[in-house]
Amino acid sequence: MRVKSESGLRFIAWQMLTGDRAKYFGLILAIAFSTFLMSHQMSIFVGLLDRTRSQIRDVRDASIWVMDPGTQYVDEVRAMSLSDLYRVRGVEGVEWAVPLLKGVARLKGADGTFRNSILLGVDDATLTGLPQRFLAGHWDALRAPKTVAVDRVGYAYFFGGPPYATGQEIELGPLVVRVGAVVDASPPFVNLPVVYARFSESVEMVGREPRQLSFILAKARPGVGESDLCARIRSATGLKALTSDEFGWDTIRYYIKNTGIPINFGITISIALLVGALVSGQTFSLFILENMKYFGALKAIGVTSMRIVGMIVMQALIVLAIGYSIGISLTALFFEVNKDSLDLRGFRLIPEVMLLAGGLIFVVVLMATILSVRRVVVDPALVFRG
Amino acid sequence: MEARDASAAVVCRGVKKAFGSGSTRLEVLRGVDLEARYGELTFLVGPSGSGKTTLLSIIAGLLQADGGSVQVLGQELGRLRNGEAALFRLHNIGFVFQQFNLIPALTAAENAAVPLLAAGWKRKEAVSKARELLEDLSMAHRADVLPNKLSGGEQQRVAFARALILSPRLVICDEPTSSLDGPTGRHVMELLRKAALSRERAVLIVTHDARILDFADRVAEISDGVIGRVRQAQGVQ
Repeated sequence: MRVKSESGLRFIAWQMLTGDRAKYFGLILAIAFSTFLMSHQMSIFVGLLDRTRSQIRDVRDASIWVMDPGTQYVDEVRAMSLSDLYRVRGVEGVEWAVPLLKGVARLKGADGTFRNSILLGVDDATLTGLPQRFLAGHWDALRAPKTVAVDRVGYAYFFGGPPYATGQEIELGPLVVRVGAVVDASPPFVNLPVVYARFSESVEMVGREPRQLSFILAKARPGVGESDLCARIRSATGLKALTSDEFGWDTIRYYIKNTGIPINFGITISIALLVGALVSGQTFSLFILENMKYFGALKAIGVTSMRIVGMIVMQALIVLAIGYSIGISLTALFFEVNKDSLDLRGFRLIPEVMLLAGGLIFVVVLMATILSVRRVVVDPALVFRG
Repeated sequence: MEARDASAAVVCRGVKKAFGSGSTRLEVLRGVDLEARYGELTFLVGPSGSGKTTLLSIIAGLLQADGGSVQVLGQELGRLRNGEAALFRLHNIGFVFQQFNLIPALTAAENAAVPLLAAGWKRKEAVSKARELLEDLSMAHRADVLPNKLSGGEQQRVAFARALILSPRLVICDEPTSSLDGPTGRHVMELLRKAALSRERAVLIVTHDARILDFADRVAEISDGVIGRVRQAQGVQ
């Protein structure tokens, strides 16, 4: 004798779940809150780490970064000489190689306000390394003498924009320069303004280590593998050569290993995970425990343990799906609303975080389900105990 | 080969059950003999902790006895696998619980229809059949009401309907009147006798409510895990 259809039990499970609106919405809100907390904090963490390699990511034309062997990450460089650039250009398989200077320069506005800024000196001829999205002006403007491009943070600080315009004067180190373009640079780890100048002028703006450069950006000839070329450059010049991807990950690893910021953030995320897990797990567990006597009655009437587990799993999946959807939507909405905020640029919800948050909340609800279901499965006679 | 008593729906012989082990081992049932016959209301009475609930759970197939034999409707429940025992209960045993255990989110008719829904009936047909049964129990006008709007007596009638809807041959009632006042309890017992009792069905009632003992055809007194004596009402053989 077999039961033909489970639709009757599904109806009972649905009614049990939604019958008490307050508990039903409480469950969904708990899962939504937990999902939001986890996905939001993980997104901030991932965004923060991603910011550490923003300048590497912004260089789209070159795919190989060459640097002094002692350089560990993008923000702490030991300068090389121009002769190193010529040696790299001579390596078989290099299509082209250009210099990039990375330093810190002081920006000073007309009203006397000043800020330290990240200065990137790009190749005079090709402007390789300049971001490709312009908010005002044109890349060609940088060819004029004493002309720079500033990012949104720098522009907002000194000129209060948007709307963005060009032509303003600003002191950059010992020089007075003109803003020729406003670019959409990726936000750096520390939210400093980013300024782009031609390499030949940037060495004057930094004012130290003249005629020296921070990185050499190179491109492999068609048909030459990037990793192979990196190995050739290392072998031929003794310099360190990495693909953009490798250098980006080296930078992220350096920050994780050597600074307390990601670790502290990691602890915050762990707490968010724990709070989220406790809130949603406890709420769902309480829901099942409150319904225990009804499940016990169903068991006594003749519903097998597996069918009862099926009912509870169905209830769990419903609140999980709705709660997760609301929570993840709230996170997406948060970053969408704040996407133009200068302080929150670059933070976004990525599919990996969506999956991880979904997986974690699924595990939490699953654990709560297993722990709660165990009682009705193991102790079926509880229904006769008043 | 065991001798079967065709007139007995439940036959317990030397049933033993203990919980715990070592110094915490507690013998709850110490060789219980009990019969519940078709066409009779059999009462199992005894003080708290005497083993009533444990015996009930074993007869219902929810607990396994450690020793002895339990035959329900000619079937040794202990020999059935879990899934088979559940299906056996579904189609052969009706339950009335002490706290009614009506699902709060289901209407009276839907609650009464639960065994049908569990048996795979379509909801519309199951609820329709439940309404008919509720009408027999003078509850037609309350069929669409949620349990929290029903009185104790009305909830108990819905519980009866749920227990009887699949026409089981055995009905097990756990303290059916303990949550009701005296007159309502007696009314419910009258209803139970009228609705549940037939020549093809046995009713086993666990109670310590002395007010309803005169409804019994047979009263088995359990104390310290053994049946002390069995009294029969006048005219019962």
